[in-house]
Amino acid sequence: MTGNTLLSVEDVVVDLPTPRGNLRAVDHVDLTVGAGQTLGVVGESGCGKTMLSRAILQLVPKKAKLSGRVMFDGQDLLQLSPEKLRKLRGRSLAVVFQDPMTSLNPVLTIGTQLIETLQEHLELNDATATRRSIELLAAVGIPAPEQRLAQYPHQLSGGMRQRVAIAIALSCEPKLLIADEPTTALDVTIQAQILDLLAREQRRRHMAMILITHDLGVVAGRTDEVAVMYAGRVVERAPTPALFKKMRMPYTEALLAALPKLDAAPHTPLPAISGRPPDPTRPLQGCSFSPRCRYAMSRCQREKPALEAAETSAHQFACFHPIETHADANV
Amino acid sequence: MAFFVARRLLYLVPVLIAVSLLTFSIASLLPGDLAYTILGDQATPENVAALRRDMGLDQPIWWRYLSWLGNVLQGDLGRSFRTGQTVLQAVAERLPVSIELMLLAQLGALAIGVPLAILCAARSGGPFDRFMTGTAFGMLSVPTFLSAILLIYFFAVELRWLPATGYVPFAEDPAANLRFMVLPALTLALAEWPGIMRVLRSDMIATLQEDYIALAKAKGLKASRILFVHALKPSSLTLVTITGINIGRLIGGTVIVETIFALPGIGRLLIGAIYTRDLIILQGVVLLVAAGFVIVNFIVDLLYAVLDPRIRHGHA
Amino acid sequence: MATLELTIDEGVAAEPAKRGRRLGLLFWMAIGWMIFMFAAAILAPVLPLPSPTDMDMLERRAPFSMEHWLGTDGLGRDELSRLVHGARISLAVGLCAPIIGLIIGGALGMLAGYFRGRFESIVVGSMDVLLAFPPLILALAVTAFLGQSIPNLTLILGVLGIPAFMRVARAATLTLARREFVIAAQALGATHARILLRELLPNVILPLFAFFLLAVAVTIVVEGALSFLGLGVPPPISSWGTMIGEGRESLDVAPRLAFLPAAAMFLTVLSFNLVGDTLRALTDPRQGAL
Repeated sequence: MTGNTLLSVEDVVVDLPTPRGNLRAVDHVDLTVGAGQTLGVVGESGCGKTMLSRAILQLVPKKAKLSGRVMFDGQDLLQLSPEKLRKLRGRSLAVVFQDPMTSLNPVLTIGTQLIETLQEHLELNDATATRRSIELLAAVGIPAPEQRLAQYPHQLSGGMRQRVAIAIALSCEPKLLIADEPTTALDVTIQAQILDLLAREQRRRHMAMILITHDLGVVAGRTDEVAVMYAGRVVERAPTPALFKKMRMPYTEALLAALPKLDAAPHTPLPAISGRPPDPTRPLQGCSFSPRCRYAMSRCQREKPALEAAETSAHQFACFHPIETHADANV
Repeated sequence: MAFFVARRLLYLVPVLIAVSLLTFSIASLLPGDLAYTILGDQATPENVAALRRDMGLDQPIWWRYLSWLGNVLQGDLGRSFRTGQTVLQAVAERLPVSIELMLLAQLGALAIGVPLAILCAARSGGPFDRFMTGTAFGMLSVPTFLSAILLIYFFAVELRWLPATGYVPFAEDPAANLRFMVLPALTLALAEWPGIMRVLRSDMIATLQEDYIALAKAKGLKASRILFVHALKPSSLTLVTITGINIGRLIGGTVIVETIFALPGIGRLLIGAIYTRDLIILQGVVLLVAAGFVIVNFIVDLLYAVLDPRIRHGHA
Repeated sequence: MATLELTIDEGVAAEPAKRGRRLGLLFWMAIGWMIFMFAAAILAPVLPLPSPTDMDMLERRAPFSMEHWLGTDGLGRDELSRLVHGARISLAVGLCAPIIGLIIGGALGMLAGYFRGRFESIVVGSMDVLLAFPPLILALAVTAFLGQSIPNLTLILGVLGIPAFMRVARAATLTLARREFVIAAQALGATHARILLRELLPNVILPLFAFFLLAVAVTIVVEGALSFLGLGVPPPISSWGTMIGEGRESLDVAPRLAFLPAAAMFLTVLSFNLVGDTLRALTDPRQGAL
């Protein structure tokens, strides 16, 4: 990782009390993002990637217990007063949620939801804030932006709504944008447009971005670094080119194999990962992936592998029996 | 929106007809004959027969209903055979009192219920929330006439701060009018706020779980803006839905409260008509109150559309 | 794509542990008060109490004493005895009227929810007409024309409860009719009557019973209000509402004459509300708590 570090997540743990017992959603995670860099976080539903993003934003559910350090721009967000945190959120730390159908307020106009953010942080007058809002909507590719200001979210399509959500996130020129599965709820045809829009704005504004997704194909070519999460832990972490050139963790390989390939013969069944992720309220003694791993040996069931660097310091993985062959990354 | 209003208006007509039919049938439940009731002790077969002819009581019942409905539609609801006053005069005289009372009561109930609901929802599960939820539940079990007596006992009999009964028109002396209105309006507000608080609180707790509230927090908005602008409006839909039922209860409460505090409103007119067996007034008041209630419910439905832009734009 | 479903949120949202805690001390205190009130009301004729109607003009508004435990009222009648006999009236009307609503409203609601279609529209529509009247106004008007008597009062309050029972039964039936066991019974060729009585009724009756308890609370209040105005039970019978109405006249000299029946009514209404609300939370079919 080059450049100065903007965000560093250190030993973060999120515990959720549930009727079946404690659920460790995020299990001792360390991550860093440099200024202007992009990090992809990849994993199945329920692997804790969304909870990790909420932990960075300090938006975990009330009952959840959060520990560790989230250093952002030189301050530990866990220690910050609510008022200072509020001034930071939306201003230098912004987020785009998964589902634009639910993340915009149904009873407020697009204009209100954009302008309130601008006025909260930048102290703009009404006319300036309105003008900025129109510019922002135009920048994210919304046609006839002047008329959109008076419209309600339900009058826009899903893709348009996500563009509005992105405009809100970008409105105060944040230093870091967290995009939590920004395209999962959208039509396939729109997904690439939204991802390209995010990548373009990220470069243009020199902001850092964390792109959270379950789809390895999304992070390829759009991120500088990738962290693969499984059962609340980071199991492999590498610069994007290095990861796709040579993935070491069997789980990453399985994730990649499960992607549909363009050059595959029609009607080829996708190799799904067999089994289910472990019950997060019943932690395993050994490697969490061992029950589903085709390389698993008896040691994998007894001991938990640590996240360690191998050949290069930038490529880390948590596995006793890493894959040695070069993965064929046709994505 | 226009389509929405038209559809609701179309539903209004059969309901109003059914209301008039039901009111008319209740009046014909009277055992014996209206003529006997009116003439009382002086009833002789001859003058009973004469009165029956005058009032059209010798006509078949469907004919009587239609001619009554015809008169009603022309604004003639009959006149009291005791005071000679027409139903419309009697109602028009007393309506402002009842409306002032209900408005004050509803404002009072909202002023108590809404802030408490927001405070409880913002810290749901906390000690304040649990205390207020318990209090509201207890208050639901206090009938209006009970809180009226308690308020009279404390504020009029013991402390002597406020009058227990009496009335001065607002136009004559606004300050005195409000003094007479405080206890009656408070009595009704005490019965109404627990319902408002409970419904709004639980909707608000649900709303605060929504993604758009998480986004509002992530945008760095102030807690007050999140609660009042982002959460209150989408949470108030159920509150509007139950307003219809609440108004029905409020009208019932008004009858009791006006009787207890001797306020010259519609409720007292109704009770007075029952005591004096002034059946024409009774029938007319019941019809007008029910029709008014139906129309208020219709307006509440429209309010629903104002609150939720999705209904307004015909997406519901 | 390797997306296997395991949503964390569902596990957090469900709180089955809450059910056991709900039946707390208050619940059992409410049950205790209800049993106590019912026992007193049923046993009133055999209890060693003075007659509730015997007047003693020399002992008007007498304070608490060994002879009159709760004193006497404005006509020298024993207050405790009047309270217990008042309970008979308030509880009798309060229980009988909702039974009318339960049977008629419950049946209509189940049939409407099961058969749907035009029948449902007619039922819902006619309930809308009944709901077009503020309940107390309708009760007052009908008693005024029909005449004051306990059967009339019970009948009116019962009819007023029909729409609410209909809604509860219909909502529960609508949910249940889509469940597997009903669809299975239909597939096996069970008759409508059998499905309604054997499959649906046992499941609908629980939420209906919980609502019944809440309806008892409301009925006691409405009967009290009517009697308070002197338009409920006919004189010389007196329910708690009548007693509170009479006590109002002497609020300045003997407030207890209003407050004693008021307290009895409040505790009884609160008990029914508490027990009803607890059972309702447990039997709500929407949460699949059955």
